Amino acid sequence: MAEQMMAADGRTLKSSLNRALRRQKLRAMLLIAPLLLFIMLTFVIPIGQMLFRSVENQIVGNTIPRTVQELASWDASIDPLPHEAVYAAFAKDMAIAVEERRHTRLGSRLNYELAGISSQFRRSGRDVSDMGAVYTEQFVALDPVWEDPATWTTLMADPDWIAELAAWDGDGAEPAFVVSEAAQDALPQTADIYSDFARVTQETNNRSPTTVQPWNVVYAALYEDLTTGPAPQIDSVPAELLQDAATAAQGFATEDFRAAFLDSSNGWGDTRIWQTIQTFSAPYTAGYFLNSIDMQMTPDGVVMVPENQQIYVKLFIRTLIMSLTIMGACILLGYPVAWMLANLPSRQANLMLILVLLPFWTSLLVRTSAWKVLLQQQGVINDLLVWIGLVSDANRLTMINNATGTVIAMTHILLPFMILPLYSVMKTIPPSYLRAAKSLGATNWTAFWRVYFPQSVPGIGAGSILVFILSIGYYITPEIVGGTSGIFISNRIAYHISSSLNWGLAAALGTILLVVVMALYWAYDRIVGIDNVKLGG
Amino acid sequence: MLQVKNDDAFVAFERVQKSYDGETLVVKDLNLTIPKGEFLTLLGPSGSGKTTCLMMLAGFETATHGHIRLDGVSVNNIPPHKRGIGMVFQNYALFPHMTVAENLSFPLEVRKMGKSDREAKVKRALDMVQMGAFGNRRPAQMSGGQQQRVALARALVFEPELVLMDEPLGALDKQLRETLQFEITNLAHQLGITVVYVTHDQTEALTMSDRVAVFEDGRIQQLATPDDLYERPQNSFVAQFIGENNTLTGVVQEIGDKRCTVRLDSGDVIEALPANVNAVGDRTKVSIRPERVEIDKTRLQPGALTLKAEVLEFIYMGDIFRTRLRVAGTDDFIIKTRNAPDQVRLTPGSQIDIGWLPEDCRALDA
Repeated sequence: MAEQMMAADGRTLKSSLNRALRRQKLRAMLLIAPLLLFIMLTFVIPIGQMLFRSVENQIVGNTIPRTVQELASWDASIDPLPHEAVYAAFAKDMAIAVEERRHTRLGSRLNYELAGISSQFRRSGRDVSDMGAVYTEQFVALDPVWEDPATWTTLMADPDWIAELAAWDGDGAEPAFVVSEAAQDALPQTADIYSDFARVTQETNNRSPTTVQPWNVVYAALYEDLTTGPAPQIDSVPAELLQDAATAAQGFATEDFRAAFLDSSNGWGDTRIWQTIQTFSAPYTAGYFLNSIDMQMTPDGVVMVPENQQIYVKLFIRTLIMSLTIMGACILLGYPVAWMLANLPSRQANLMLILVLLPFWTSLLVRTSAWKVLLQQQGVINDLLVWIGLVSDANRLTMINNATGTVIAMTHILLPFMILPLYSVMKTIPPSYLRAAKSLGATNWTAFWRVYFPQSVPGIGAGSILVFILSIGYYITPEIVGGTSGIFISNRIAYHISSSLNWGLAAALGTILLVVVMALYWAYDRIVGIDNVKLGG
Repeated sequence: MLQVKNDDAFVAFERVQKSYDGETLVVKDLNLTIPKGEFLTLLGPSGSGKTTCLMMLAGFETATHGHIRLDGVSVNNIPPHKRGIGMVFQNYALFPHMTVAENLSFPLEVRKMGKSDREAKVKRALDMVQMGAFGNRRPAQMSGGQQQRVALARALVFEPELVLMDEPLGALDKQLRETLQFEITNLAHQLGITVVYVTHDQTEALTMSDRVAVFEDGRIQQLATPDDLYERPQNSFVAQFIGENNTLTGVVQEIGDKRCTVRLDSGDVIEALPANVNAVGDRTKVSIRPERVEIDKTRLQPGALTLKAEVLEFIYMGDIFRTRLRVAGTDDFIIKTRNAPDQVRLTPGSQIDIGWLPEDCRALDA
C-alpha cells in the first residue's frame, strides 16, 4: 500500500486539506444560498406544482368518495345505469359538496371530458337537498324529537365532545365535532354522513350541529341502518327511541334516488356520464396529456378526438416550424450585422451595438404594437407599396394577424439574442485567420466558408438555442399580431390558465413543451456538442 | 504584357506611400528592391511602418501611391490570394478547427491539387520542419514552437517563391526563438526562397538576414548587411537602435576626408570618422560601440586620443563585464570587457583613461 502523506501535525494530508477547504466551501455556499432559496421558492417549487397538476385528478375522489367507491363495481356493459346504491351514495356526496360549494368545480372538471356535464351538476345541486325528504318526514311524524338537533347530537356525539362543548366559553371556534364509537358501531352509515354534516355545519356554515337539523340524506342513512340490521342499542339515548324507529322503519315509504336524480336532470340517466365519472375517478390521470395530443380517454379506451377538434398537435408542429423559421431568419439577418460589429473599429462598433440593443430598452408591447401599425392592411408598409404602385389598392397584402406577422415581429424582437452571442464569438476570431487563408490562395468566399464560418458556428449555436427556446415559449407577440393562424402553443396554455381554467391541460401542454425543448437541447448536444456553444470569451 | 525579368529586383517597391487617415503618411516614399533568394529583414520599432509594408506586399493593404512589383509585374491590383505569396503570422494563424495535416492541405486544396499529391506534399513539408508525427494533432494540442513550425510548413507547402514573415517568433521564449531562427534561415537558403521578415528584435535581424532595412518614421533609415549596419551605421538612429551604443554630443571643429575633429559639449576634443556630417560647425552625435572602448593604455595605438573617465558602476554579467562610466559629462557611457583571466575589474569611484581608434568612432547627425 502506498504510504499516506502526512501533514506537519500528524493528520493525513487529505484530511488536513479537507479541513482547510471546508471553510471556503461553506463561504461559497452561503454566498449562493439567497439565490438558491429564491429560485427554489419562486421557480422550482411553483413549476413543480404546476407540472404536477397535469396528472393530478384527486378532485373526483375527494368530492364524491362514496360514489366513486360504489361505482367501482359497476359494469356499463351489463347494466346501462348504475345501481340505486350509487345514486344514494351520490346524493350523500352531493349534499356535502353542495354545502361546501364544490360540486360546480367537479362539474367543470368533468366537463373537460364530457361536454354538458357541468350543467347536470349545477342543476342537481339545487335539488339534492330535497332528496330523501320522505324519510325526514316519516321519522318526524313518528316522533317529533327526530326534528330536534339535540336528539341527533345526543345520539351521535362522543361524550367527551359534549363535555368539551359544555366547558366551551364561546370564544373562537366551537370544538370540532367528534362522533362516538357506539354510534359508529350501531349506525355506521348514519355516523359516517352525520360526521360530515357536523363538520360542514361547523366549518363551512359556522353553526353548531346542536342547533341545526340534519340533512335529509342523514335521515335516509338512518333508515338504511335501521332496516338492514337488528335494532341497534346506543346508551346515550333511551332504548325505545331507536327500537320504535327501527320497528316503524320497516313500513316506511322509501325514496328512489335514481328517480329523484333523473327527475332533477334526465342527464343522470345517460350511461356516458357515469362512465366518464368512473373513468376519471382515479387520483392520477393521463387524461390531460392525452388531451394535449388530441386524444382522449373514453370508457372504450384511448381514442383520437373528433377531427374538427384536433388542435394541439397542429399547434405544437406550427410552434416548432415557426420557431425554426424565426431562428433561421435571425441567423440570416443577424450574421452580417454581427460580422460588421466584430470588424468595425471599436467606436463605430459601440455605436452599432447600441443600435442593436436599442430595442431592449423599448417595451416589448410598444414594439409589437408598432408592428401592428406598420403591417396592417391600411398600415404604413401597405400604403407605401400602394403608393409606389407595387401593389394595387384592392390587393393590399395581409401581413398581420397571421403567421407572417408573427414571424416578422418575433424575428425583430429576438434578433439581438442572435447578434450578441454571434458578435462575442466573432470578436474572438482574429482577422489573421482570414488573411492567412487568403495568403494561402483562398478566394474571399473560400476563406470565409472554410475558415471563418466554422469558427463562428459556436456563436450560431448559442444564438440559435437562445432564439429557438425563447420563441417556442413566446406569448405576447403571437397574441397581438398572430391572429388565429399565427398563434403558438403558449397562447393556448395561457388561454387554459386564464380563461377556461383547465389548469390540468395547461400544465400538460406546458410539460410537453418543456420536454420537447429539453429533447431538442439533448439532440443538439449529441449532434453539435454543448461545449461548442459560446456566449463569449 | 512583356516584362523584363530581373533577378535583382524580384520584389520592388517604387515610390510607395501609404496613409490610413489621409493626413499622415505611415510609409513615406519607399523604394526597395529585393533580389531573388535574399533574406531581407524589415527592422524597426513598432509604428515605424514595417508591418504596413509587409501587408502591402501581401495585398492586405493597398498602397496609397506608387507601385509594388513582383517579378516585374505590378501587383497593386492583384488580390492577395492570387499573389502566391506564403505568409507566416505572429500568432501562427493555424486554423483551429482543422488538424495540422488539414491546415497544410488547405492551400493545396484551393489550388485543386489531387489527393495523393496533396498528401505527399503535406508529408514532405511536415518532415521539413520535423513535425512529421503531428499530422493528426489540432493546433490547440501543440506548443507555440510546434505551432510556428507548422505555420512555417503551411506557408511553404505550396512552394511559393516569396515568403513573408510577420514577427513569427515574437511570442516564443528566448531559447526556442534562437533554435527557430537558425532553422528558418537554413530552410530559406536550402529552398532558395526569397524571405521578407519583419521583426523589432535587432539580434534576430542581425543573425538571420542577408540584408536589413531599418525602418523609422515611415522611411528606411539604412539598408545594409548586418555587419555594415552594426559597424557602419549611417545615422544616429540606426546607431542607437542596433546594438548598444555610446553617444557623445558636440560640434564639428575640423573636417577632412577620413577624419574630423569634434569639440564635445564638455570641452574635450576628439577625433572621429565623419560618417554623417558635412561642414564645420555642424552639431553631431559621436557614436562609439562599448566593446571598442579600450581601457588598457598599452593596447592603444600610439597617438590615440584618450579621455578621462570616472567609474560609476561595475556589473558582472558572466561572459563580459559591463562598466558604466562618467565620460565628458555623460553618466551612461558603457564599456564592455571580456571576462578574461587577466582582465581588470574596475572599482567604482576610480579615475581611469579611456581611448579608442578614430575609425571606431563615428560622427553622425545630431
